[in-house]
Amino acid sequence: MKKPLVSIIVIVIVIVGVALIYYATRPPEVVPTIKIGVIGPMQYVQGIGHWNGATMAADEINAAGGIQVGEKKMNIELVQADSNEFINITDATNAMERLITNDKVDFIVGGFRTEAVLPMQDIAMENKKIFIGVGAAHNELCLRVAKDYDTYKYFFRGSPFNSSFLGRTSFIHLGTVAAIMKMTLNIPKIKVAIAAEKAMWTEPMIEAAEGVIPKMGMELVGVWRPSPIATDVTAELSAIQRSGAHIIFTVFSSSVGIPFARQAGELKIPAVQVGINVEAQKDGFSQATQEMGNYVATLNTYCRSVEYNELTKPFVDGYVERFGETPTYTADTYTAIKYALAPTIEKAGTLDADALVAILENASYMVPSGKVEYLKDAEGNHLHELRWGPGYLTSLGVQWQDGELKSFWPNKWKAVPEAPEVTYKGIVPYKIPPWVVDAYKQ
Amino acid sequence: MALDIIISGLISGSVYALLAIGFSLIFGVARIVNIAHTAFYMVAGYCIYFATHEMGFHPLWGMVAAVILVTLLGMVAYKFLINPIREHEGAVLIATIALAMALQEIMTLIFTGTYLSVPSLIKGYFLILDVKVFYQQLLTFFAALIALGVLWALLMKTRLGLAIRSTAQDREVANLMGINEARVAMITMGISVGLASFTGAIVVPLTILDPLMWMHPLIMMMAVVVLGGLGSLKGSFIGAYILGFAEAIVVFAIPAGAFLKGSVALSIMILVLIIRPEGLFGVTFEEER
Repeated sequence: MKKPLVSIIVIVIVIVGVALIYYATRPPEVVPTIKIGVIGPMQYVQGIGHWNGATMAADEINAAGGIQVGEKKMNIELVQADSNEFINITDATNAMERLITNDKVDFIVGGFRTEAVLPMQDIAMENKKIFIGVGAAHNELCLRVAKDYDTYKYFFRGSPFNSSFLGRTSFIHLGTVAAIMKMTLNIPKIKVAIAAEKAMWTEPMIEAAEGVIPKMGMELVGVWRPSPIATDVTAELSAIQRSGAHIIFTVFSSSVGIPFARQAGELKIPAVQVGINVEAQKDGFSQATQEMGNYVATLNTYCRSVEYNELTKPFVDGYVERFGETPTYTADTYTAIKYALAPTIEKAGTLDADALVAILENASYMVPSGKVEYLKDAEGNHLHELRWGPGYLTSLGVQWQDGELKSFWPNKWKAVPEAPEVTYKGIVPYKIPPWVVDAYKQ
Repeated sequence: MALDIIISGLISGSVYALLAIGFSLIFGVARIVNIAHTAFYMVAGYCIYFATHEMGFHPLWGMVAAVILVTLLGMVAYKFLINPIREHEGAVLIATIALAMALQEIMTLIFTGTYLSVPSLIKGYFLILDVKVFYQQLLTFFAALIALGVLWALLMKTRLGLAIRSTAQDREVANLMGINEARVAMITMGISVGLASFTGAIVVPLTILDPLMWMHPLIMMMAVVVLGGLGSLKGSFIGAYILGFAEAIVVFAIPAGAFLKGSVALSIMILVLIIRPEGLFGVTFEEER
C-alpha cells in the first residue's frame, strides 16, 4: 500500500515542481504589436527624416493607446533598416529582405532613390507587404501597379508626388519668377539656362523643359549637365553667365546643388535660380553654402511659416521642437503611418494586406501637406499615385531669404482661369537678388 | 572661352598635381600603393570643419591643425598597419583600401552623411579679362605651386631629399650605402600624407565635405599617376595639368556633356597608355625588370 502512495506523492511533487519552474521561467506576456519597417539611408539626412517622421507618428499613436485592431488595441513597434542606397543598392535590397524575413514586419515605409526603390518594391510585393514609398518620385513605381495590379497592389506612393507633377509644379514656379523678373526689371524676353544633374530622374524633366520653356515665351540658352557629385561648377557657371541667362532652371537632388548655389552666390552670377534643388530644402543649406545660397528658390513640401491646413502647424512645430529642424519630404513617413496605415487598419479591423489595400486605395484623407487621394489611369486601373492640384497636394515654392526659408508660392495661384485662387497662410513675396537687380535694372 | 579653360585647367591641375605627387612619392620610395591617400585628404577636410565650426577656430589655424594631425595619423597608420606587411605589395594595397573605408565609416559615424562646408580663407572674387576667379582659387593655385616648390627643394637640395631619391632608385643599394631605408620610408610617408592633408586643407573651402569625397579624387589621382608614369614626380606634375585642362575643355566645349569630364580625362589616359604603356615619363617595363 505504501509504495503506490509514495509514487503518487513523487509524481505530484514532480508535476508541481515542473509547474513552478515553468511559472518562474515563463516568457513575459507578449503584448501584440504592429511592426512597421522604416527603410532609408540612415546615415544621411533623407534616412534620418524617414526615421524621425516614423518615430513621431508611432509615439503619438502609442501615447493615445495604440491602434484598434478588431477587438484589441495594438501598439506600433518600429524596426529601422539602413538601406545604404546612396552607396550600394544591394545593401538596400538586403535590408528589405531582412525586414521581411528576419524582423517579420507587417508594413514598410521609406526608400529614397528610384534605382533602389524599384528592386525594394519587388521584394515587398513578392511577400505581399504593404510598402508606402516615401522619397522616390519616378512614375514607374506606380505605373507598375496599373500594369500588374495583382503583384504590385501593395505599393502606395506616400511622398513626394511623381516626377511629372514635380516637373509641372517647377514650371509654374519658373513662370512665376519669370513674370516677376520681367515686370520688375523690364526684360523683354527672359533667357533660361537649364542646369540638371546627370541622373535618371532628370531626363524626362529636361525633355519637358526644352519643350515647355519656348512655349512659355522664354528663350532657352542651353543645357548644362554637371555630375551629381561635382564639387566645382565654376566652369559651368562661367559658361552660363556668358550665355546671358536671366534664370537658371535647376534640377538637382544630389550634392551638386550645394556647390552650384554657393559658387553662383559667391561669384554673383546675374541669374536667379529656381526649380528643384533638394539640398536647398534642408535647414543645413545655409551652413553648407556658407550663406551664399541666399535667394535660391526650390520646390519643397514644408516651410516653418506656411500652413496648408489645420494639420500642418502641429506637425511642423512638433517636429521642429523634437528634432530641431524643419521636416523634409522624407519625414512624411509620419503621414504614411498616422494618416494612411493607422486609420485604414482601424477601419478594416485586421492587418490583412488585401483587406487594407481595398480600403486605402479608395480613401480620401487630410494630411499636413494637403489632401490625399489616389489616382487611376485612363483605363480606370488603380495607380496608387498621389493626386496633384488645388485642393489636394501642391507643394510649395520656397526661397532662402536672409538665412531663412520662406515660401513665395502658391500666391493667388489659379490652376486654370476659372479655378479659385490658392494662397496658403504664411506666403511672402519672391525676392530678386540685389546683384541681379543691379545687372539688369534699366 | 580660352581664358576660362586656362584658369579652370590650371586650378584643377594644381590640385591633382599635389595629390598625385604625394602618391607617387611614397610609391617611388617604398613601392606602397596607398589607396587611402585621398581618404587622408578627406579627414583633413573634416578636421578643419571640426576646428572652425565646432571649436570656433579661425580657418587658418584649423588648416594648420588639420595638416599636423593628419600627417601624424598617416605616420601611425604606416607604422602599425603598412610597415608590418610592406614586403607584400598586394597585402599593402588591400590594407590601404580597408584603411580608406574605415576612415570613411568613422567620418560617417561622427559627422553623418550630411553635406558640410568650411569658410573660405579669403571670400569673394576678382576679374581676369572678364573671367570671374575666386580669391580662394588663386590662393589654392599659388599654395599648390609653393608646396610643389618646397617639395622640389627638399628632394633636390637636402640630404634627406638625397636619401629619398636614392631609396627610390634602389632600395637595397641605398641600404648598403648606410641609408636607414625604413626610416626614410616612414618620413616619406609623412611627407606624402602631409601633401594629401595640405591639399585637403586648401581645397576644402572650394568644395563640400562628405564621407565619399575621397573617391573621385582617388580615381583622377591614379589616372594622373599612370598617365605620367608610375613613380615619376615630373610625370605626375605634367599629367595632372593635362587631365585638368581636358576636364575644363569638356565643360566649356560640351556644356550638356559636362558630366563626361572625368570620363574624357580617363580616356586620354587610356589613349596615352596604348601608345606608351609606361606612361609619359615612366620607367619602361623592360628596364624595370
